[in-house]
Parts: sequence; C-alpha cells; structure tokens
Amino acid sequence: MLARTADNLFWMARHIERAENTARVLDVAHRSALLPLDIEGAEAYLWYAPLNITGCAASYEVKYGLARADSVTHYMALDPDNPSSIYSCLKLARENARAVRGAITSEMWEVINSTWLELNRMTWNMDNEKFPDFFEWVKDRSHMFRGVTLGTILKDVALSFIKLGTFLERADNTARILDVKYHILLPSVNDVGGAADYYQWGSVLRSVSAFEAYRKVYRDVISPLRVAELLILRDDMPRSLHACMNEVEAALIDINGSSGREARRLAGEQHAAIHFGLIEDVFSQGLHEYLTEFLAHIALLGREIRDAYMSRRNHFEQPVATVRRTALQMQ
Amino acid sequence: MNTKTTIKCFDEMRTDEGRVRDIYQTYAHWMSQLPEGTLERKSAEAELLFRRLGITFAVYGETSGAERLIPFDIVPRIFGSTEWQRLQVGIKQRVKALNAFLHDIYHDQEIIKAGIISARQVLDNELYCKAMQGIDLPNQVYAHIAGIDLVRVAEDDFYVLEDNLRTPSGVSYMLENRNTMMRLFPELFANHLVEPVEHYPQMLLDTLREAAPVNVSNPTIVVMTPGSYNSAYFEHAFLASQMGVELVEGQDLFVHKQKVYMYTTEGPQQVHVIYRRVDDDFLDPLAFRPDSALGVPGLLEAYRSGNVSLANGVGTGVADDKSTYLYVPEMIRFYLGEAPLLSNVPTWRLSESEDLKYVLAHLPELVVKEVQGSGGYGMLVGPTSSKEEIETYKQRILSEPDNFIAQPTLALSTCPTMVEAGVAPRHVDLRPFVLSGKEIRLVPGGLTRVALREGSLVVNSSQGGGTKDTWVLED
Repeated sequence: MLARTADNLFWMARHIERAENTARVLDVAHRSALLPLDIEGAEAYLWYAPLNITGCAASYEVKYGLARADSVTHYMALDPDNPSSIYSCLKLARENARAVRGAITSEMWEVINSTWLELNRMTWNMDNEKFPDFFEWVKDRSHMFRGVTLGTILKDVALSFIKLGTFLERADNTARILDVKYHILLPSVNDVGGAADYYQWGSVLRSVSAFEAYRKVYRDVISPLRVAELLILRDDMPRSLHACMNEVEAALIDINGSSGREARRLAGEQHAAIHFGLIEDVFSQGLHEYLTEFLAHIALLGREIRDAYMSRRNHFEQPVATVRRTALQMQ
Repeated sequence: MNTKTTIKCFDEMRTDEGRVRDIYQTYAHWMSQLPEGTLERKSAEAELLFRRLGITFAVYGETSGAERLIPFDIVPRIFGSTEWQRLQVGIKQRVKALNAFLHDIYHDQEIIKAGIISARQVLDNELYCKAMQGIDLPNQVYAHIAGIDLVRVAEDDFYVLEDNLRTPSGVSYMLENRNTMMRLFPELFANHLVEPVEHYPQMLLDTLREAAPVNVSNPTIVVMTPGSYNSAYFEHAFLASQMGVELVEGQDLFVHKQKVYMYTTEGPQQVHVIYRRVDDDFLDPLAFRPDSALGVPGLLEAYRSGNVSLANGVGTGVADDKSTYLYVPEMIRFYLGEAPLLSNVPTWRLSESEDLKYVLAHLPELVVKEVQGSGGYGMLVGPTSSKEEIETYKQRILSEPDNFIAQPTLALSTCPTMVEAGVAPRHVDLRPFVLSGKEIRLVPGGLTRVALREGSLVVNSSQGGGTKDTWVLED
C-alpha cells in the first residue's frame, strides 16, 4: 500500500474518533454544569476540564480568556480556527477520505461526505439547548462510520490502518478523560467520597458510555479504584485502555511485513504491561503519573507507526536503522 | 442576445419528413409506450445516482472546492454498426498517423525534409520538447490514450474537430453513463443489442502493460493525479480502482539512480508505467516548471533512460495543437500512403494575412479558437455572440493573430434530449477514446457530449454541456 494512503486512512479514522470523543467530553461537561458546585469560580473551573482533556486550553485562552460555558462549547464544537474542534475534525476526516476514495468503500465515503454536508447546513449560532442534540448527532455519525466500515470494507491492510487510527485515538482520549478527574479534584480533596465526588466519577463513566457497564460489573457504589480498573485494565470494556491496546497490537500484527518491527515491539510491550497490570500498582504509582506515562508511550508508538509506514523518506539515502535510533532517543 | 442558430442541421433520429430513422425505430416505439412522466422520473433518479456516487467535477474559476455534476441525459445516442465500423477505421488511421508523426519529429524529421510541414511550424512550436529528440519509446507510441473529437454534419459526413493527445478526459463518464442506463432501463437493453463498453479499463490496462520498458515482464503500473482538487480527480480515482492499480500523486514518487519508486508501507517499490494525468509542464520541477509541486524531481531523466514509461509520452502537445491539426490529412498520406478517411474542418490560419482579412470580415459567421486552448475556454462562436462580444474578441485577435484559427460554424447534428419542455433536439459531438499499444484499440462508441441550451453549439462540460450514453447497435 502507498505510504500516503496508509497515512490518509489512519488520519481519517483518527479524526472521526476524535470528533466523537470531543462530543462526549462536552456532553458530560454540559451535564455537570447542571449540578450545583459550591466553590469559587466554579464555572471557569468546570469548563477548563474539557479544554485540558483535548489539550487546547492555551489556544482558547489566547482567544477568549477565562473559560465560560458558551465560548468553550463553541470553541471546541464549531470553531474552524480550532484545529481540534469537532468541525475541524470532520473536515479533516473528509479531506483524508477524499484523497483515498479508491481505498475505501463508496458507503464509507457517503457517510463521511454526508456528515460534512449536514454539518455545514447546521446553524452556526447554536444555542445551549441545542448542543446536547448536536453531540448525539456527532456520536451517531461516528457509530455509523464504524458500522459501515466493518460491514463493507475488505479485511486487508487498509482496515488495519483504520483500526490503528481509531484505537490509538480512543486510548489517548480515555486516558485524558480519566486524567481530568485529577484536574478537577485537586482543589477539593475534601470532597472525596462526597456527593460531588460521586457525580464526578459518574460523569467520567458516562462520557465513555461505561455507566451501565459499571453497574453490571460491580453492582456497587462508584469507587475511584473500580472506575480506574474498568477504564484501564478490563479488556471487555470497549473504550478501556486495555481493549484499545488489544486492537492496536492486533492491527500491527495483521499489517506485519518488513517494516514496523519497532512499532510492533512497542505495542507489544505496552499491551503486556496493561494485560498483566494490577490496579493497586496503578494507584501506588499515582493515577495521574500512570496516565501521563501511558500517554507518552502511545505518542511514541504513534510516531513509530508514522515513521515505519507513512513517511515519504528516501530509504536509499537514509538507512532505516539510524531513524529508529533517533525516534528512541526522543523518549 | 441571440442564442439561437438558424442553420439547417442533421437530425440523427428523424428524417426531414419526420420519419424515425431505422436505427432509432425500436427505441422510439419503446418511448411512445411509456406512461406519462416516466422519463422525468428516471431523469431525477439518474441525478440522484450520480450525486450519491460523487461523480463530480470542479469548474475552474468557481468558488474553491465547488463540486458539480455534469448533467446526464437519459436519451441514448444511437449509431448503427456499419457506420460505426466505417468511423472506427478512420479514427484508427488518424491516430496511427499522429503517432508516426510524433516519432518522426523527434527522430529523423522526414516530414520536414519532404517539405510537407515547415520546420518553423514544428520545431519553433512551444509544445515541441527538445528533450525528447532521439529518445526511443516502446512500440514507437507517444499518445497511448487519444480522444478524437468528431462532429456530424450529414448522414455520411463526419469532421474531426480536434485531436486530444495530451491528457484527454471523460472516459469515466462514458462508463458511468452506460452503468446508469443499465440500472435505469434494464428492459431497453433486453430488446436492443448494445455493444458493450465496460471492458475499457481492461483494455487500458493491456495498453499500459504494452507500454512498459522492453525488459520488464510484470510491470508495476500507477495512475498519477495532480491531487484531489483537480477537476478530473473523480476520473483518476475511478480508473485506478477499475484497473486495480495505485493512484499516486507526485509526492508519492521519487527517483533514485534514474529509476522511479513509490513510497509504500513496505518501503520503496519500483514503478514501470505511469498513466499520468499531469501536464508535461508540471511533471518534473528539475526539467520543466521549477515551481511545480505536483511533479517528481528527476522523472524526465528516468523517462529518457527508458526505466519508466509515461502515458501519454512527453511532448505530444505539438501534434494536437490547433495549428498542427491542419496537417493531419497530409500526415496520413505521408506516413501511411493512404487517403484520409475522416475530414478536417476547413480552417483559416490567422497568421496568414489573407485568411486574417477574410476572418475579420466574417466574424459573425465563424468560430474562432485559440491555437493552444482547450475545453471550450476562450473561443468565439460568431452566430451566438453579441456585437460587443465580437468586438472585444476582435481586439484580442488583432493583438496576437498568430494565436488564433477560425472555422466555419458547423451545423452540428442533433439528437433527442430531455429538456424542461420534454424531448427536443440538441446539438451533439462524439469523443471516442483510442488506445495505442502493440495494436490500436477502442470500445464501440465513446462519449457523446450534448449542448443542453437550445441552439447552443458548445458542448464542453465547463460550458454547461451534458453527456449521453452512446450506443452502437447491430443494423
């Protein structure tokens, strides 16, 4: 497969997944905003969370200053200037798809194309009540894209690159969503175990569609340890880090071939760590520290995948081995 | 503004007495039996099909990214197999002579020595590519894919309007039109024996295989596109996927030791044949336009070394230039020793002062074109232009007369076409796609383009023209 085709497929899938996750994060923030929060500057406080999760707090502040419900929502959902807004993600997903029309099925193209066309027909001054419907719509389109993909595409290397994009992005997002609890928690440690804490962990679960799964698996009150276990270690939970790493490793094994040995090794290593990991160890290391390390690992893995399969490097002029070493040194 | 022509023209479906011609009999009968509104409904269905499939093209000069559909007309244009057979022989003859001409002018230049065409006409032409001199191409083929535009003015009179030897487009519409017709009207195909065109991608693949460098037995073939913002991107992607080959952009290729490789997920893979839909000027920034981001540095040297084949070859533009067009009948006599089977349209060269004088005096009756223009851009159709338009164009001619040719306004034949008021005659032309490898191949028919506006003679899609499915029937 052409390196550029792999690149386009990977980013097409990644952007769809990112749009969905941003919609999830915003949706939960909207719900949380309905709860009473009795701390100083509660609104700004609450609305930094989604900005932190998606890593766009700095660029937001340049444009708007203090975090406010309406401006954060607009910035993350519809602002074309924000490269990771839902709008930008759906645009980039379509551009990537259009560049590989021949490598995806016409049904996949139709979903992505009509999503983009519909988005552009929507009103730009969406008021607050309309946003929850909008978030649902984004999730629906993403579900549809995945369903259509699995239902129509040949199970070959193209699908593997799509899966790599989807699950690397999802792992990244789940880790960030979990980690944001750390950001919210900081000033109000006293609240642990209180009602606010319950709602906060509950909203973390909801944002990854895991609230019902939690009830089913634990049949008990929500505890931070179990939430973390569910979202990090349980491989039957479709948005957990473990489930994502299962898919990433499997996709890399399916791609196989002469390139990508280092990527396969890194993915295997990360997968093993999570497969045999214990939640007690995660907490004794510190949840935030654990997640920070995880995010660094999958960022490295992403770079390695790009170097191995998607780079347009003249292999005759630069031996592959030196490139690998440079990538490792970046750790 | 006067938009109608009053010229008498050949109606392909009906005789002057209003009788339906034999070849259209079955179709006309079928149409007369249709319940009210069927054609309108099918027309809307066809548009939906095209939009869903994303068969679109971009129009230069419109707001960026605007994707439009080329209107598809659901009434087929019909040829009899005998007349098609006759046409086909003439088309093949013409393409054979054009390839012989290209080989000659980049080698011994016999046709210049024989005094048939001047050295100035060939060697001073901007499109003559000196880098191609003395380069031997497989099968001596330069224009592997040619589009020969034909118009009909009478039952047995066809003219060649122009030869397209660079990167002719439109073949995906020929294929999708047939596909759509078969989905919409299966019953029509049950009672008409329509010669198939669906094997075109296979024939193209065979032609490209034959174009491979001589010592390569299993060539890697790619389609090269300028990118997804090009007006014909849909066609590039379509042909690549129909042939099962990679669709590449310049950035996917690189040259190492005069060989061309593509970057793949498995490392570099050598490429032997490039069906390129990128113009000569943009192919290689080292050899042509240095500002081209579409090309591959070093590609021309790899090509000259014979390690990679380009289809079409470099430097074919000199043979489809509208001023070279005049000499094609002579080429046929010179290289093949045969009488030309297809005629040229009588043409005035405005570089000649006699011709210029005549043309300036008769602008309202004539069609004037730029020598190197294409796609219907920048031409003047005298009979449908206003006084002001003619006056403006006159100034353009006077500032650079060498850049223009003029032709009589041809009475293009008409075919029945779905328009708002029902089915009415509209002017058409025909572009058959001719493939040259070890042999010359073409599928029966080609792309019929139709001017949808009443009386309009401009069929180009960029000027609001539509397309039709083209049938060749046993007669």
